[in-house]
This record gives sequence, C-alpha cells and structure tokens, in this order.
Amino acid sequence: MNGLLDVRVAAVRQLTPLVREFTLEAEHGALPGFSAGSHVVVHMPAPGRTLRNAYSLLGDPAEAQRYRIAVRLQEDSRGGSRFMHEQVNEGDRLQLSPPANLFGLHSEARHHLLIAGGIGITPFLAQIAELERRGASFALHYACRGGLTDAYRGELAGRLGARFAAYDASAGERLDLAALLRSQPLATHVYVCGPQRLIDGVRSVAASLGWPQGRVHWEAFAAAAPGEPFVAELAASGRRLEVPADLSLLEALEQADVAVPSLCRGGVCGQCATRYSSGAVEHRDSFLAEAERAWQLMPCVSRGCAGSTLVLDL
Amino acid sequence: MPVTLKPLESYRDDFSFANSPAAIARFPFPFPDDHYLYSVNIEPATAGAPGSVFEHCFDIDEHYRSETAERARVLARDPQRFVVMPHMHEACWDALEMLMTHLAADYPEHFRLTRKGNQWTWENFALDICQRFTFGDADTLPYEPLEYIGRQVQGDFALLDQRDGDLYMDAGIVTGPADWSLAFDAGMSFKQWHAPVPMAHQMGVFDRALKYLLNIPVERPMRRLNWTMTINPRLDTSSETFHEWGHERGLVTADNVGRLVHLRVELQHMARLPRSNALLFGIRTYLISLDELATNPAWACRLHRVLRGLPDAIADYKGLTRYRQTVVDWLSRFDPEAEAAA
Repeated sequence: MNGLLDVRVAAVRQLTPLVREFTLEAEHGALPGFSAGSHVVVHMPAPGRTLRNAYSLLGDPAEAQRYRIAVRLQEDSRGGSRFMHEQVNEGDRLQLSPPANLFGLHSEARHHLLIAGGIGITPFLAQIAELERRGASFALHYACRGGLTDAYRGELAGRLGARFAAYDASAGERLDLAALLRSQPLATHVYVCGPQRLIDGVRSVAASLGWPQGRVHWEAFAAAAPGEPFVAELAASGRRLEVPADLSLLEALEQADVAVPSLCRGGVCGQCATRYSSGAVEHRDSFLAEAERAWQLMPCVSRGCAGSTLVLDL
Repeated sequence: MPVTLKPLESYRDDFSFANSPAAIARFPFPFPDDHYLYSVNIEPATAGAPGSVFEHCFDIDEHYRSETAERARVLARDPQRFVVMPHMHEACWDALEMLMTHLAADYPEHFRLTRKGNQWTWENFALDICQRFTFGDADTLPYEPLEYIGRQVQGDFALLDQRDGDLYMDAGIVTGPADWSLAFDAGMSFKQWHAPVPMAHQMGVFDRALKYLLNIPVERPMRRLNWTMTINPRLDTSSETFHEWGHERGLVTADNVGRLVHLRVELQHMARLPRSNALLFGIRTYLISLDELATNPAWACRLHRVLRGLPDAIADYKGLTRYRQTVVDWLSRFDPEAEAAA
C-alpha cells in the first residue's frame, strides 16, 4: 500500500491553447473530501519513470465526488505538464497523493482579497465556492493574457459581477497592486497565486503599506521531492547508487535494500538523519541545525547536488 | 472479533473500574526503552494488529458504556467541557462525519450509518440510539454535532484551527483530561497550551512537532503515545476538579500502591479534517492499576527503570513527585537487577 488514490480521467476540456482541465473520479470507493486551497500531487506514469506535479483542486469542496485540476503547458516543462497535455486522455488512469492544504482561507479575515495570475486562478475557484457558501466578503482580481491564460474568465465575470476584475495584459490592461492594496478595509487578508514576480509584487507592496505579514498569503507548493540526479556511494561496501531526479535518496536506498530508519519522511522528525563524509548536499530538511549539516543529512528530503557523488556512512 | 461491552463501572466514588485480562493484554504500554525522554514519537496511524488498540482509528473497548456515562455526568455538571468557537462549525461536522463513518465501518455490531444525500440516520445499538438528521443542519440534532458524536465515543477530542502557521484550540469536547482544562486552553496556540511542559521546548520538540502536524494531509492520520500516572481509576482529572483529586496523591502507601496508582496512557490520534482543514486531535485514555500491570512482569520491570531514572522536572510536571519513591520501591521486586543498581 503506497497511500495513493487511484483515479480515472472522466473528462478533459481544452480551455485555452495553453490550459487543459481534467476531471478525475475514484477508481473504487469515494475520493476524500478536501478544503478550499488544497492541492494534490499527480503521479504520471511516463515511460521508464514516474513524474510528480502538484496541482490545486479547483472544484467546489462541497462536491468532492470528483476532483478537477487545470494544467498549464509550461514551455520549459520537465515533462509533467507536457505529459498531461499530450498523453492523458479520457479513461486514462492516474494516481494522486491525498489532498493537502498550504493555502487555506484564514478564519479571522473580515474580507478576502484574492489575486490570481494566469493558471494561479485554480485554487481561487475552490475558494470562491467556499466563500460564497459562508456568505463571506471577498473580491477576485485576475491578471491574465487573453485567449492564452485566461481560463474561466467569462464564467467568473458572470458569476461574481462586481466582485471580479480581470486585467488582460495583451490588451494593455494592468493590475495596479499599490492602488488595490491601499484601498482595502482593515482586517483584510490578501491571497496571491501566480508567477513569482506577482507574488513578490504583492508581498513587497503589502510590506511597504505596513500590512502585517500574517495577512499576506501566497501559494508555495512544498517542492515535492524531485531534484537533480546524483550518485550516492556507501562507504561500508563501496556500492554506488544512481539516484534519479524523481526519487528521494531515502527511496533510492530503500530500493537498494539499505535499511535506514524513517518515520515522518518529510524532513521533520530527524529519524533518518544519516552521516556523510564527502559530497555537496542540498539540505531541504527543517530538523538539522546548520552545524549538524556539515556531517549529517536527512535522505527523506535532502539530496546530493546535481551530478555530484555523495559518500554516506552506510 | 466483536468487542464485548462490560456493564457500567465507575470512574469516581467507589471506583469499580477494572480491566479484564483481555483488556490488560491489549493495554498500550508506552515504553520501548528503560529510559524515557521527550521525543517527537509520531508515527503513521496505520491499521494495527487485529484486537490491538491500534487496529482502528477510534478504539472502542469493554469500557464503552462506563466511559460514555462518565462523559454525560461530567458534561451535566460542567458544560464548559465542550467548547466551539463560531468559525469551527464546519470542522465539527467534519469530525462528526469522520467519527461516524469510522465507527460504523469498524464496529458494525454496535453502530450503523445510513446516508441518503444530506439525510443521515445514525444508529448506536450499544446506547439504544436511532437519530435521523440533516447533515450540516445543527437544528436537527439534540446537541451541537461535535458534542453529539462526542457523547457516543471513547476519548477526548480537540479541533485545532490551522492559521498563521500555527494550530489553535478553538473547539473540543474534553471530559477526561490529564491535569489540564479545555476552557482554560481554548483559543491558545500550540506552543501556548504546551508552555507548562518542561525540557521539551529547549529540545526543540514542539517546533518539530508543530511543523509536522501542520503538514498532515487528509487520509494520512498520525498517532503517538503519551503517559502520566493517576491515583485511582479517575478519568476526570481536569484542572477544574483538582480539589477533588489532587490530595489523593498523598494517600499512596506501600500497602495500597498496587491498587491505588494507575499508569495512564494516552493514544493520541491526529487527523486532517478534509473540508475545514482543521486538525482533529483525539486523546484516547487507557488506565491500568499497577496490580493489573504487574501481571506482566516485563512491564513492571520496565516501568521500574523508567520511573527510577525519570528526570525530576518531568516527574514534577506529571505530578508524580509525592509518591514516585513509593512506586519505585514497590516495583523493584519485579526488576531482577534492582539490587545491583540500587
């Protein structure tokens, strides 16, 4: 049992030349419920390896029998979005991690200001459904590119009326973040999802206007495992393991039948901390102190730097 | 194997509560080692061995009737043992759904849930309850949803709102706490309600535990064991009733220690509530007298060593200081190496 959800693609819709929407149903039983702002990691069976990408669930959380995700084709795709666009069709089977929410609505907000850039619209589709059900005060601002990254724009305009504004960059329309944030009532929480420069823009404008950090939320997917390939060498036996990009060091060790105790598998508990004697390490855990990182790493999340050889005391 | 429920026993006054040999055999003895120190001892709450307390997410055992009756008694006397803040109503329905679906699936001989859209029928054969209600409409239940289901399940529950990278105790039904108070802790953040715990803060235990809890996804529940000791099989050792039980720590003698002193183990269950994104924190308490515990000499030997070596600050925090030596002396007979180590 790997704890993944088996789903079948029930419907595919091409929303724009760049954005494709997928409706997913449980292969057996029911899908678990989810909260607005949740994402799943889609495991894609590419030839020879498994690709993993995180996507926001954009359906109404009250109707969790089906999940919907929308995928923007990335120009510099490492394979995931291209696979979803070119290989996945109705009736195909995929696997998902269960939903997790790193972008939830704040229970103390009196007004919710939602700012989307392009495909960053997806978590807000679930959130507006939730906010409408609660009768909460909110507004959605959508920066997009007409005909390319403006999925759901017409539908949202009709549904939300004055609570919705779109800014089409290809028509020269511009979202003035400073004016928008300056005009918000007290106890507003702002949520932003989109390109990094939009997130940075909202954060810096909010900071310059004196917004407390706790009222500024942005979608930051916990980079789920993948990295660059590297080689791990086991000092005791001299064995060399090739660790591919989409496998964690811990998984690679387990595949090679090297026993490493583990508990949380998320870089937190410290159980799998392993000594190393040489090699450049990309530390991703939240457990080890800086000094400890000179000779220890946590293989559940951390890995050797690209192309390097990491010598482990195993 | 269906669970056989014992007739009513008491957790107060005459303290008729006792464990059957089967209950002793499945007691979650919490010490994997001769030394105890705080750690982030969290593990996935995967299905455990059949018959064990880990088999199901929400364990129902032979004390079911007694524990639900005790909860009703405590709530009648002190309604503040149930708290729900206005933004937690959805989380309460989430919790009701989680508990009802698990109980009905895991104990079909005692519970049945029938769902037709939002029209639900809940049957509890053990307590002779049949309730039709509309999911999401609190007016169709005799109590708030968390209190309603909380009155029919063993163990305490806190619902934690997740915001600001923290967890806040904004709802709960807690009638059997180990020397704390829901009404006092209500609204506190994770580190605020853990503030009294010695040593663990400095060890970074709470930083790590909080980070871990914040990231629990739906359908990936976690669990851990915690422990303390209680005089008499008293479930309600809430701060509010300290005047009723605190003095009993002074009653322990070499003659009555085996009967009076109980190891109290909490099986804590942490699960993401899917629609509200709140965290359900279940605290399922197991009590065992030292007489009962010593029917397993390996446990008695292990407990002897743990208590003997327990740092004073932890013993103090757990309220053991007044009677710890009496317990250690009594347990030493079960430790073959006690003489040499003494």
